[in-house]
Amino acid sequence: MIRIELPVSEKDVRKLKVGDEISLHGTIVTARDAAHKLMVEEWPKFVEPLLKNGAIYHCGPVMKKTGKSWKAVAAGPTTSIREEPYEAAVMDHYKVRFIIGKGGMGPKTLKACKDVGAVYLHAIGGAAPLLADTVVRTKAVHLLDELGVPEAFWEFEVDGFKGIVTMDSHGKSLHSALLRKSKKKRDAIIGI
Amino acid sequence: MQKDFLELIRRASCELPADVIRVIKQGRNAEANGSPSRSALDDVIENCDLASRTSRPICQDTGTNIWYVYHPRSVSQMALTRDILAATRKATRLAYLRPNAVDSITGKNSGDNTGPGAPVIHFHEWSRKSLVADLLLKGGGSENVSAQYSLPNGAIGAGRDLEGIRRCVVDAVFNAQGKGCGPGIIGVGVGGDRATSMIEAKEQLFRLVNDKNPDPVLAKLEKTLHAQCNELGIGPMGFGGLTTVMGVKIGARHRLPASFFVSIAYLCWAARRASVSIVGGVATYSQISQQALKYKLPAVAARKGR
Repeated sequence: MIRIELPVSEKDVRKLKVGDEISLHGTIVTARDAAHKLMVEEWPKFVEPLLKNGAIYHCGPVMKKTGKSWKAVAAGPTTSIREEPYEAAVMDHYKVRFIIGKGGMGPKTLKACKDVGAVYLHAIGGAAPLLADTVVRTKAVHLLDELGVPEAFWEFEVDGFKGIVTMDSHGKSLHSALLRKSKKKRDAIIGI
Repeated sequence: MQKDFLELIRRASCELPADVIRVIKQGRNAEANGSPSRSALDDVIENCDLASRTSRPICQDTGTNIWYVYHPRSVSQMALTRDILAATRKATRLAYLRPNAVDSITGKNSGDNTGPGAPVIHFHEWSRKSLVADLLLKGGGSENVSAQYSLPNGAIGAGRDLEGIRRCVVDAVFNAQGKGCGPGIIGVGVGGDRATSMIEAKEQLFRLVNDKNPDPVLAKLEKTLHAQCNELGIGPMGFGGLTTVMGVKIGARHRLPASFFVSIAYLCWAARRASVSIVGGVATYSQISQQALKYKLPAVAARKGR
């Protein structure tokens, strides 16, 4: 298990390789479908300090408000591939070092990992309370009224958020390797 | 009945059925020590235990809420709908459900999981005195990788026969890769029209994962497909490994001579279903739905009964 403190330098991220198990400490920011569309259309300024050398988490959490503070009740990853049209531009613009989600992403994002110096971190899909318990504090929420709970930008301070690198800055992707392998199997099983 | 429906939602969202946990544990034990897929399933098991102990949603995507309500003649469907909606709103306030119903045109989240088409409720009147509600929470990631084929399909050489159905299922599971939060449970609906074909596929997801289809032809196809989908090697979360699917469940409906649909409803490992039977105001909860009772239950579940 490799321990990473956020924000993190490009140099340190470039050391990471597919298969590395990571434990994250510091701030990660949730952003999913509506947030990505908004970022590439408006390039909001408030995101800049949050994402520079930081981490985007594809997640729409279940949150509970007690008094003035928000608590993450359930916060597993959502499917990342939906952000494929946007992610490369977002990574480049804000200099994001970690994209966290599930299911992996495509060639554009893989190329951005190489160009920007970033990795894709695969969290365990559905492991929602387990990952929520690594959120020690909800630091802030942005655009909650406009986007709603699942789509808002949540700033989470995490301590020991676990994931595995499945796309690295050296052009390697576990997902494309597995796709090629399973396609051969499919063709053999189907008989085409 | 509002109170009982609220408890049903809580159980569905926070407690993974025992039959599913059992199969996940078998899958975990089969994966190699130190492999990412084994570690993923270890986390899944720990997560489910934590969710159940703390009454928190197993997954933050609390999914499409699909209700099947069987009621005596004397019970009003309007009253039942009111109770289900009230329970849904309360479950959202209590964070058993995430606000998950979004206006498709304006993009506005209704905030309470209700709105046109949400939740999904199917009513069936029956001659018994009891009222039974079966609930499935089906996550969006797995819904997105679900698929429908119209046969014949040239690309995969699928004709209008069992071999064609087999090809569709293998192809759909291949296309899903790790995006549906596998190991998944695959519901297959053969025939019907485009809508009822997918409804049949989703009703198959209410079955126990290790039950048996009483139709020997379908039972054989389910067994074959279970093995062949696992041969794909996609594994838990798409990390590679032995368990790509936990089971394949197939149902068929009559079709038009012109149409032959094969619908594949992918259900993520978080196969959240729960049932309640209410007689004389007393609620009894179970993990075995009415749909499941139509099939040959595995020995453990059959002993426990409803």
